[in-house]
Amino acid sequence: MDINKSNNEKSDEKDDKQYFFDNPKNTKWVMNIFYACCVLVVVLDFVINRHVYHSWENLPAFYPIYGFVGCVVLVVIASWMRTFLMRSEDYYDKSDDKGCDHPDDDHDQEHLEKNNDENTHKGASNQTENKKIGDHNVDA
Amino acid sequence: MWMLEIPPFTLFFIGGLIAALTRGKIRGAIMVAIPVISAMHLWTVPEGIHLQIAFLDYELVPYRADKLSLMFGYVFHIAAFISIIYSLHVKDTVQQVAAMLYAGSALGAVFAGDLLTLFVFWELLAFTSVFLIWARRTSRAYHAGMRYLIIQVLSGVILLVGALFYAADTGSLAFGYIGLDSIAGWLILIAFGIKCAFPFAHNWLTDAYPEATPTGTVLLSAFTTKVAVYALARAYPGTELLVYIGAAMTCFPIFFAVIENDLRRVLAYSLINQVGFMVVGIGIGTALAINGAIAHAFNDVIFKGLLFMSMGAVLHMTGRINGSDLGGLYKTMPKTTILCIVGAASISAFPLFSGFVSKSMVMSAALENGYDWIWLMLLFASAGVFHHAGIKIPYFAFFAHDSGLRASDPPRNMLFAMFIAASLCIAIGIYPAALYSLLPYDTGYNPYDATHVLAQTQLLLFSALAFVWLNIRGMYPPELRSTNLDVDWIYRRAIPNVLARVFAAIWKADGALRNAVLGKWSQCQRFIASKHKGLGGLLSGSYPAGNMVLWVGVLLASYLFIGFVNKLMA
Repeated sequence: MDINKSNNEKSDEKDDKQYFFDNPKNTKWVMNIFYACCVLVVVLDFVINRHVYHSWENLPAFYPIYGFVGCVVLVVIASWMRTFLMRSEDYYDKSDDKGCDHPDDDHDQEHLEKNNDENTHKGASNQTENKKIGDHNVDA
Repeated sequence: MWMLEIPPFTLFFIGGLIAALTRGKIRGAIMVAIPVISAMHLWTVPEGIHLQIAFLDYELVPYRADKLSLMFGYVFHIAAFISIIYSLHVKDTVQQVAAMLYAGSALGAVFAGDLLTLFVFWELLAFTSVFLIWARRTSRAYHAGMRYLIIQVLSGVILLVGALFYAADTGSLAFGYIGLDSIAGWLILIAFGIKCAFPFAHNWLTDAYPEATPTGTVLLSAFTTKVAVYALARAYPGTELLVYIGAAMTCFPIFFAVIENDLRRVLAYSLINQVGFMVVGIGIGTALAINGAIAHAFNDVIFKGLLFMSMGAVLHMTGRINGSDLGGLYKTMPKTTILCIVGAASISAFPLFSGFVSKSMVMSAALENGYDWIWLMLLFASAGVFHHAGIKIPYFAFFAHDSGLRASDPPRNMLFAMFIAASLCIAIGIYPAALYSLLPYDTGYNPYDATHVLAQTQLLLFSALAFVWLNIRGMYPPELRSTNLDVDWIYRRAIPNVLARVFAAIWKADGALRNAVLGKWSQCQRFIASKHKGLGGLLSGSYPAGNMVLWVGVLLASYLFIGFVNKLMA
């Protein structure tokens, strides 16, 4: 939370000002604290005497591993779902206008492909952007 | 303050009427005052049946207060108060009136002691809330509102049929434990299930909520699904089927939430996920589980409202809500950012925030009652909800790459409403005993033991670590402008397409048949005509009338002439 407080102070100044996460050093600092917390809770796992309800909870670092693996699996499956669930943004709007003639399906497909191109293009640039940010701008 | 027999919804309905007739500051003052006065009154209301009417052969109970309904009554007052403050800047009579009537309908449903009264308010919930969607005044909102209304009314009709069956079976309309022993039980469960966003019936929610106005969605998120949770808690506690339905509800929406672009739709999916926890709790049905479900409903109204308010503020100030368009807003909207993070921490059940003290009750109950696999699913859903609602929402809206948008913090009334909600989230998280004292059962539960806190912190920190790792590796799915297919595809695309094809085939066959019959008919005519051509020439030839007159004249003349000759001869 303290990160955001310092944001708060800074943002009162003018816009050409450097904001908190514009400085890679700050981001690195925040990320290091985060990593330290992660290590700390795993170490605590072995220090604190816990009462468990379930045998799986006795596995060393059960919760950290489950949380990490669960989320990776979640994201991988969700990304895979995009391959068959994703349509262009106005997918339903078009059908509203013209009823449901099937000749339009071809047109739809065409439009969709065009849009997908745009998407992937945009996606690619987004992806690199994300990557860039990923290195130094994750505050969670 | 006033007579005990007047149920809480009346004041809200009167408030709606006043809101329709007044303008400006007076309207604002009255709208804020009504939930406050009503809440003060409700606080003094004792448990018991306060109003009874005989109707035909049945006893109707429009106002029945017990711990369960009072709990929901309190939180609905809080929600109404917060969302009215949040929408004070709005100058739209439709929305203001709809807000009051909608909140009133929710209260009416919660204090209904019989199925007929419940049905009336069940339908009123649909009819009043749809205006909050239509008030966006776009064609998308109009169509989404229509679909929403159809599905909601359908749920009400099923409830009515179920209630009639129930009355025929038992001879009473009392709204208490129903269970699944009869057709009536199943019908009523389906009606509740539709409003509760059970899997495959969930799509009205993710379809309509993101299309409503920024202020309307906050109200929508508070009432409809929670009324359904209340109804389930009253009629189906301990129904094992609900455990599995609820577990499915916690898990499947998070996959959609991860790839969804519209951040309010992400929240709509996470709303289903949270309701899933409540449904599991009701399904387990022990005192601890029911307490957990109700406490979680109470907290969810507040923290989900807070999240919808923060995204509403972003939409209000920037005009955008897609993750692909936003980013870097922490620079100029710092207060909204902090308040949103409080909401995100609450929904992810971080220790010291409200979600933690209620979600852990449901999880503990699942473990205690031997639902191991369900517990694992809930654990996965907890990690997942942190992943999409806890990290994705604040990250893509306020941090991520700088979108270049420089919107300032929203108007003061919006910030104040968010501040109240955030304070409640933290207050309940720090001092859960206040919340627990309102619950129907006394279980002496303490969420803050070392095991719970450590386990939950580990789970959350490492799901955050997964997010960081995936982002650094570039594996995190980018925000793309897209529509993701969901169950609504069936009724928005598949069924219309199939129907279009079927009808095209029918019209085609019909056209061919008509042509064939008509062809045959004219063939017959032609055949008959040609057969009688000779005779027809003689019989049906047409002559001018003058001709006839001439021939008549000729006939008469010859007749005269013959008569004359006769006379001469004689």
